This record gives sequence, structure tokens and C-alpha cells, in this order.
Amino acid sequence: MTEVTGYGPRDWGSHPPYVDQGYKSTALRGPTKPLIPLKATLSELTGPVYGHDSLGALDADLTKNGAKNGEPLGERIVVAGRVLDERGRPVPNTLIEIWQANAAGRYVHIIDQHAAPLDPNFFGGGRCVTDSEGCYRFYTVKPGAYPWGNHHNAWRPNHIHLSLFGPSYLTRLVTQMYFPGDPLLDLDPIFLGTPAKARDRLVAKFSLDLTEPDFALGYAFDIVLRGATATPVEA
Amino acid sequence: MADTLGQTPSQTVGPYFAYGLTPEQYGYPLKAIAGGRLADDTSEGERIRIEGQVFDGNGAVVADAMIEIWQADAQGRYAHPADPRGSNSDFRGFGRFGTGTDPKNRFIFDTVKPGAVGDGQAPHINVIVFMRGMLLHTFTRLYFSDETEANASDPVLRTVPDSRRETLIARRQDGPTGTVYRFDIHMQGDAETVFFDA
Ligand SMILES: [Fe+3]
Repeated sequence: MTEVTGYGPRDWGSHPPYVDQGYKSTALRGPTKPLIPLKATLSELTGPVYGHDSLGALDADLTKNGAKNGEPLGERIVVAGRVLDERGRPVPNTLIEIWQANAAGRYVHIIDQHAAPLDPNFFGGGRCVTDSEGCYRFYTVKPGAYPWGNHHNAWRPNHIHLSLFGPSYLTRLVTQMYFPGDPLLDLDPIFLGTPAKARDRLVAKFSLDLTEPDFALGYAFDIVLRGATATPVEA
Repeated sequence: MADTLGQTPSQTVGPYFAYGLTPEQYGYPLKAIAGGRLADDTSEGERIRIEGQVFDGNGAVVADAMIEIWQADAQGRYAHPADPRGSNSDFRGFGRFGTGTDPKNRFIFDTVKPGAVGDGQAPHINVIVFMRGMLLHTFTRLYFSDETEANASDPVLRTVPDSRRETLIARRQDGPTGTVYRFDIHMQGDAETVFFDA
């Protein structure tokens, strides 16, 4: 028998910094004093538990959960992969929350005033849960690029926002999935804020295996969370 | 140890998280998994409200932050398999609130005061801060101003320099509508909140 006694540290060499030269809003919002080390207690080894019971019937199909009178416009895609920990062990029954722009690059969020059309049949929010092997899958349309105010002529590459809990408070992760071959990646301060060696972990792979004939293009995207460290316990 | 896979990098929650993560609070048509209400009148324990604002490095109130809290129930038990004691059935201990709907851009949680976990720590709540302009979230903790004695011996608070401990203490205010603990979060500056490398 083993007992989880902690989680590997956040790998600071894989995550972007709190204050980043390129992403201007970080200058006033990222903390500047050194973080104080905290040894995990029961408060950190536990965390919110959300699984299959938190899913609505259409939550994992963004092409259907906002439909009013037809299909959303855009390129239909299926995104699938595994949620793993650092040692490659699957993270089962964990919730993934999803939000994204529509195919024209417009969010339904009221603050988004980009002059691209809303799609009456696309909401852009959803969720899915990993199975016992850590596998997940959701359907959506490929999100469009959109402009933002970081600098002159700044455009976000196509991306899908993803939020995960994992097994504890310490494994919480909010990230973004990008698409292969996007020319905007090399110009995007948010993507480039990520250490170079870790950037390709944010880019999905086109997969003919996942692609469904006559229906949807497939993209594979695995997500790696911090791994538990365990100590044997006398039975 | 087996080969190590690299952690997926964190990215910002951005300005448009609300309809995905806090849809009901912001009036979007998706059922929320969590909100600002963790407890109601039937919940066991002392009912409290936690409220505060998030300030940036210029002292401006942040209107697009998202705060998450994770706490034990009134008896100090977590609703999670790693806590063998389990929580009472109707208290999940997780709350989530965006600062974009309140006229003063506060986050507001209606909950119960957590009990002590029983391992020497003072009663506390784990807090995560997300916002546009942060590429990765911060971890902090909320302690209670009326737990002076327990706070003085809390093993985590004791690792925090004296001069900064106050940033983790929520101030109790008893008013006509009940007990409110005020907890402001300062991202930068002299009063910068203590954030943990957890
Ligand atoms: Fe976005």
C-alpha cells in the first residue's frame, strides 16, 4: 500500500514567468516578491472532485450544445488525447472545462467586441471527463484567430482554452491548445512567453487516425499534470 | 523512476473565461459546476461570507480575475478521497467567483467557517488567483482574524516573514447581515499578498 505524500514541484522551466516582457498586462499583474515554499498538507493533497456526474448530455459536443436551428459554421473537428501525470500514469475521471472563440474568431463573452460575426448555433463552452485510462474526447469547430490590444496588429493564434483539476489542489492547470502550422504562433507573446523547450507541448498534432471520414478532422493533444510522490505505508 | 514527461505549460485564463468557467454567475446558458455559494442555511457550521477585491500594481481594482477557494467543512474534513474522514455529504468545499459582476468588482463567497484540519494548522482556506495578465495562477491562503492563538502556531504562517503575515489574514466584521471576512488580494506593491510555491 502507498500513500500520496506530495506532488512533484511545478516545473518552473516549463511554465511561463509571472512577469513577461512580451505580454504587457503581466507587468502590473504578476507577483514580484519571491514565492514562499509550502510543504503540502492535507489541504493541498485534497482538491475539488468533479467527474462524470458533473457532465450535461451535450457538454462534450460544442457543435451541438449551442445549436438553435442548425449546425455551427466552420471546420468541424474532434480533439482527443490523454491526461497523464509526469510518470505517464493516466489521470482518470477528471474534468476538463473548455472555452473558445467561434470559427470567425469571436467569443460570445459580452466584453468581446471584435467585429466578426457571432454564430447563433455556437456557444463555445463545454466540458468532458477522462475515462479510467485518462482518455478524453470532445467535438467542436476550429476556432478562428482574433485581434487583441497587446501591441500594434496583434493577433491570437487559433486556440482552445482548457481547464483541469487533476487529483489534487496542486495539479490544477489552465492552459491553451494551439494548432500545428499556425503562422501566428511565432508572433504571439502568450505562446512565446512559454519556455522554448516546452512550447511544442501546447501544439496539438493533426491525426488521420482520429479524423472521422466525411465528418471531422482529428487533433491529438495529451496533457501532462504534476505527478504524485508516494511513500509506502505499513499495512 | 520511469522517464519523466514534461508538464504541460500553463497559459492565461484570458479575459473571456466567464462563459466557460463561471457561466451562471455571468448569465450565460451553461450549468456551472461551482459558484460563490458553497453553503446554505441547512449547512452545518458557522455561516460566513468572504469578500474582497483584487488590486493590480497600480492599486487599480481588477475586474476580470477569477478566484477559486478550496476548504474543509466546519469539522475540518475535506470532501476528497485522501481525507479518510470524508466531509458531511452536502458540503463540497469548492467555490469559484469572477470579479466582473459585482458593482465594486468584489469576489463573494457564502460558505461556512472551516474547522481546524487537526494536524496543527489553524483554520484556513486555500485560494487560487487567475486573471488575464497572468500566464500561470498563484496559490495563496486565507486565515481568520479571530483565530489569533491558532494562527500564532500555524506551521505555514510561521514560515512567512512577520511583516507579510497580515496579507493572509481575513478581517472579521460582524454586521446586521451576518459575519463577513474581508480578504483583499494585492498582486504587487508594499502590501503584495504572500503567494506560495506549493
Ligand atoms: Fe482566447
